[in-house]
Amino acid sequence: MMRGFVLALALTLAPLWLAAEEVVADLSQNRVSITANFDGSEILIFGAIKREAAIPTDSDLDVIVTVTGPKKMETILRKARRFGIWVNVERERLGHAPSFYSVAATRPVEDIIIPATDALWKITADEQILSERRGLPAREALIRIRTANGLYRRANAGVELNQNTLFNTSIALPANLVEGAYVTRILLARNGLILDDYSTEIQVQKVGIERWLYNLAHNNALMYGLLSLLLAGIAGWGASEIFRLIRR
Amino acid sequence: MQIFLPIAEVSVNAFVLLGLGGIVGILSGMFGVGGGFLITPLLFFVGIPPAVAVATSANQIVASSVSGVLAHFKRKTVDLRMGWVLLIGGLIGSAIGMQIFNLLKALGQVDLLVTLCYVVFLGIIGALMLVESIRALRRAKGRPGQRRERTKHTWVHNLPFKMKFRASGLYISVIPPVVVGVVVGMLGAIMGVGGGFIMVPAMIYILGMPTKVVIGTSLFQIIFVTAFNTMLHAYTNHTVDMMLALILLVGGVIGAQIGTQIGLRLKAEQLRIMLALLVLIVCLKLGLDLLIPPSELYSIGVI
Repeated sequence: MMRGFVLALALTLAPLWLAAEEVVADLSQNRVSITANFDGSEILIFGAIKREAAIPTDSDLDVIVTVTGPKKMETILRKARRFGIWVNVERERLGHAPSFYSVAATRPVEDIIIPATDALWKITADEQILSERRGLPAREALIRIRTANGLYRRANAGVELNQNTLFNTSIALPANLVEGAYVTRILLARNGLILDDYSTEIQVQKVGIERWLYNLAHNNALMYGLLSLLLAGIAGWGASEIFRLIRR
Repeated sequence: MQIFLPIAEVSVNAFVLLGLGGIVGILSGMFGVGGGFLITPLLFFVGIPPAVAVATSANQIVASSVSGVLAHFKRKTVDLRMGWVLLIGGLIGSAIGMQIFNLLKALGQVDLLVTLCYVVFLGIIGALMLVESIRALRRAKGRPGQRRERTKHTWVHNLPFKMKFRASGLYISVIPPVVVGVVVGMLGAIMGVGGGFIMVPAMIYILGMPTKVVIGTSLFQIIFVTAFNTMLHAYTNHTVDMMLALILLVGGVIGAQIGTQIGLRLKAEQLRIMLALLVLIVCLKLGLDLLIPPSELYSIGVI
């Protein structure tokens, strides 16, 4: 308990006595608009390392960039064979997990930071996604499925660092994005510890007709239902009329 | 061309959706089925969440049925009186079906219920239709010019509350059509279909209606029952995707007109064999999914 506290304290304070290097960063865009022809988006993240002194040469400098999508309560279903057919037999409410998680770094994260740093900053997917339920088959299945669908991803050499000063990376956001705030962290690491971090948000939002239809469906469901039926009726009648004219 | 669907919240190729709508529309016009039994599973395959697929296909069926029924009205092949009787049963059944659907949703077994309904009903109907139409085709070949006897007395003719259905040339009790309507309405709400694939054979084999009015009349009933289902889904679950429905129905209404023309050129028996085979293929595909061990035992629940 005490040892853990001291370790945590040391890790938290580390940036203070290592504050010789700071991260300065920006995003190509901090707003993603979901329009009718939205097909995913690519966000460029770039920045530099600010120093008061000369570049230390005794250790390697690394940059880690993480993007975390909105978190939502997840339920996992498990199938088993019953009476000869495969059916869902078990539901497990897991807790809140991000809809999207991406880690990019200058080299594999495990080589950059020590496990205690990972646990504190929740950098790898294993730490970030429901780490308190680690070992539970349903939680492992959630990570496996989302990874297979490209929603949880890692790029071991995704960040480019130039002359230990300038860095850049690009994060590809998939087409099936959930609306909300995507927390973007840029972490500076040396000697297995985090020196400095910069955090910002990317707002993902539906716009235009997408926004209008979504709001109408949820806020005025009766109107939305009637409008859908009207549209269906007109389309059906219209097609019938057009074909009648063509056949004449 | 990718298109982002606002309610389903996925990005899908618009041409794929147009094609799906078109195929289903052709079937709708040819067989007088709404095509929901085909479009709902097809929408699952392109990645639309099941709840949205069920609700939106109901909306799409409204459009293709309106288009289809207008063509039948012009040829006077709609038995309106029979349509209203079937509709009353349909609305009752739809309300009951929604209750069952929501009960099983609370138990987390709605996927199983839907799939089992598909396999059982498609299997039975498909097999019966196939056997019957092959037999009819053989008969027609063996003794050309032979007419089928229509005025056969069955238990259907001995029930009370008789009513005259002039367009169908029937004088039967209203009980069998109402029951057919209730069953079809119930299955429609559970399976996200219009129910034509059950109603059409029921009208021919149980009610004894002449084949030429069956399709128009079933389309008439389907319009109102699926409209009722669309409203229920839109109001309670917010799962009707208007953008998806619009793309499907553009393809669907064009397909329905083409289908009606094809239907006029084919013999009733040929139509029935084709429909039976189609129904059996969908049944087989869904049945295999239940029997083959899945590669991933876990799935993420959709709320």
